[in-house]
Amino acid sequence: MSSSNQKITPFHGGLHLDGHKQVSTQTPIASIPVPQYLHIPVPHNSEVTATVGEHVLRGQALTTSSNSMTPAIHASSSGTVRAIEMHAVVNRSGQLLDCISIETDGNDKSIEPLAALKPSADNKQECLDRLRECGIVGLGGAGFPTAIKVATDKSIDTLIINAVECEPYITCDDMLMQEQASRVINGAETLASIVSAKEVLIGIEDNKPEAIKAMQAAASNAERGKIVIVPTIYPSGGEKQLIQLLTGKEVPSGGLPADLGVVCVNTATATASYDALHQGLALTERIITVTGAGVKKPGNYLTRLGTPISKLLDFAETDHKVYQQLRMGGPLMGIPVKDTSSPVVKITNCILAEAAQPQHAEQPCIRCGDCVRVCPAKLLPQQLYWFTRATEFEKAEDHGLFDCIECGCCDYVCPSNIPLVDYYRHAKFEANNIKSERIRSDRARIRFEQREQRLERKAEEKAALRAAKLKKLKEREEAKAAQQEGTQDNKQDEIAAALARVKAKKEKTND
Amino acid sequence: MLVAVIALVSLAGIFGLLLGFTALKFKVEGDPVIDQIDALLPQTQCGQCTYPGCRPYATAIANGEADINQCPPGGEVTIVALSDLLGVEAKPLNDDHGTHEDIPTVVIVQEDICIGCTLCIQACPVDAIIGGAKQIHTVIEKECTGCNLCIPPCPVDCIDIIPRPTAAAIWHPPLPGGPVTGANPS
Repeated sequence: MSSSNQKITPFHGGLHLDGHKQVSTQTPIASIPVPQYLHIPVPHNSEVTATVGEHVLRGQALTTSSNSMTPAIHASSSGTVRAIEMHAVVNRSGQLLDCISIETDGNDKSIEPLAALKPSADNKQECLDRLRECGIVGLGGAGFPTAIKVATDKSIDTLIINAVECEPYITCDDMLMQEQASRVINGAETLASIVSAKEVLIGIEDNKPEAIKAMQAAASNAERGKIVIVPTIYPSGGEKQLIQLLTGKEVPSGGLPADLGVVCVNTATATASYDALHQGLALTERIITVTGAGVKKPGNYLTRLGTPISKLLDFAETDHKVYQQLRMGGPLMGIPVKDTSSPVVKITNCILAEAAQPQHAEQPCIRCGDCVRVCPAKLLPQQLYWFTRATEFEKAEDHGLFDCIECGCCDYVCPSNIPLVDYYRHAKFEANNIKSERIRSDRARIRFEQREQRLERKAEEKAALRAAKLKKLKEREEAKAAQQEGTQDNKQDEIAAALARVKAKKEKTND
Repeated sequence: MLVAVIALVSLAGIFGLLLGFTALKFKVEGDPVIDQIDALLPQTQCGQCTYPGCRPYATAIANGEADINQCPPGGEVTIVALSDLLGVEAKPLNDDHGTHEDIPTVVIVQEDICIGCTLCIQACPVDAIIGGAKQIHTVIEKECTGCNLCIPPCPVDCIDIIPRPTAAAIWHPPLPGGPVTGANPS
C-alpha cells in the first residue's frame, strides 16, 4: 500500500519559504566520533542514580523518576562520571542546568540490550514501560514523552507519522528516510501495534522526492503504512496542521489528537521506538543537521547525546567568523545557542549557523492584519499583542492565546518587526501564573476559613465546658447545703428527743 | 376609565405579590458583592490593610469603609480588578500599608534555632506551620501565603523570609522591549 490519493485538506494561513534543504542532503549521514566529554542534562523531577567516579556503560540509565512523565536518561558512551554540576545548555532562559559529565574511555562498551518485546494488544503497559525506560521522547523538537502520547485509552483509528519536516534548513528526517526507510516503516508498525491503529498515514512534504521514493518502496511490503504527499507550506509539520491536512479534522482548542482518534508521532521517534522495543536499545544518539553560513561540510551527523555543539561544528568544518548567530532548530522556531559548550540533547534536530541579517528595531503595530492572514491557528495575533501589552492576559486567553503553536509565521510577516511570539510566550507565562496563584489563593481562603471555624468551635466548646463545670459546682454546693441543712434538722430532732427524754425522766422522778 | 384603573391596580397587586414571593423564596444568602471582592483578594490574610484578614477587608470595601488600594500583596493587579468590579477609578497602592513585591515569598524556620514554643503556629492564619510544644516547627511551603505574621511572635527570631522556591526557579519569559517611537531608522 503506497498510493497517495489521500484527500488533502489545507489549513489556514502558513508561509511559502525557501527550504535551503539541498545544501545538507548532498552527503550521506556521517557519524561524529565520541567526544572526550559528554554532558547530559538531568530532567526535572528526576533523581540522579549515577555517582561521581562511577564507571558507566553506554545505555546505562543515569536517573530515575517516580513521575511517569519523566523518561530516563542514559549514558551515551562508556566512561567515568566526572561531575554532576551546573553546565550551560541551550534554552531560552540562559539558565544553567544540572548535567552529568562523563569522561569517555574510548571503548564505547554497551550494556546488554533488553529482551526484544513484540507489541500487541495484550502487553501495552509493558511496551509503555519500555518506551519510558529507554528514554523515548518526541524527537521532532517538542520532546514530549512518547509513552504518554501512546498511553491513551481512547480508541485510535489513525497513526500519523510526521515526516513533513517543514522548517527550512532541517533535513535529518529526510536523510533518515532516504537511508533507512525500512526502519521508519518498522517503527510505524511498532507504534501502530501499541495503539491498535487501523491505518498508518505517513505525511511527507513534496520537496523531498528522494525520501518519498524510498519510503514508497519500503511501504509497499508493509501491512499498514500509506505515504501521503503534502504541499510544502510552513508549518504543515505542526501536529495540529498535519492532522488537518491528512484527516480533514481539527483538533479542538484545549483538546488532544487522541480525542479525534489520532496519534501523531515524528519519524525519528518512530525509529527510536522500534529500537527500544525490538532491539532493546535506549535512546543514546540521534541524527542532527548541521548547516548554514560558514559550515563547509553541511550535512547530517549521527551524534551521541551530550556531545558539545562545538564538536559538531568542528566536525562540519565551520568557520566561526562567518556566521552571526547559532540556533538549535530551524530559523523560525529554533532557540539561540549562547554557549557552544552546550550539549546536544534529544530534541536537537538541527544546528543552524545564521548569517548576519539586517536588524530592524521594533516599530508600532499598524494593524495591517498580515499576521491574521498567515496564522495557522486562525488566531488574531495583533489582538493578542495588544492584550499582552495592556497586561490583559485573561482576555488574551479568551482570544485563544493557548492555541498559539509559536510557529513564528506572524513574526516573519510583520512589517513592523514586532517579535510577536516573544510577547505570546510572556503572556502564556503570565496567564498560567495568574491561574496558579488563583488556585493557591483559593486554597489559602479555604484554610483560613476552616481555621476560623475551628477557633470558633474551640471557643464554643470551651465555653460549654466551663458552663458545664460551673453547673456541676453549683449542684454540688447545693447538695452540700441541703445535706448540712438535713444534718442540722437531725441534730435538732435529737436535741428535742433528748430534751423530751429528760423531761419525761424529770416528770417520772417528780411523780 | 374605571376599568383601566382596576386593571392597573390589580396588575400592580399581582406583581407586588410575585416580587414579594420571589424575594422570600429566592433569598440570597450572604452578600454576593463581598464574595466577589473576596475572590479577587490574594488571600494572604496578612492584615496589612489593617483588617484581620481578606474577608474582613472585602466586607469593609463593600460597606465603603475601606479604599481599594490597601492591599500590598495584591498590588496593581488586584487594584485594577477591584476597580473593574466596583466601577471606581483605579489608583496607585497606598504606601502606608506596604510595598508590592514582584517575587512571592514564603517563610522558613531555622530548625537549629527553633525552641518549639508554638507561638508561630498560633499566629499562622492558614495553619501552614506544623510542630508540637518543644518540638521543632516547620513551614509547609505549599500552603504558606507569605503574610509574615509568624515573624513578630517568634522569641528567638528563627523565621526567615525567602523567595518562594517554586516561583523563583522558573524562568520568566520577559516582555520584549516595545516599539521604538520616532523616525523609522531604515
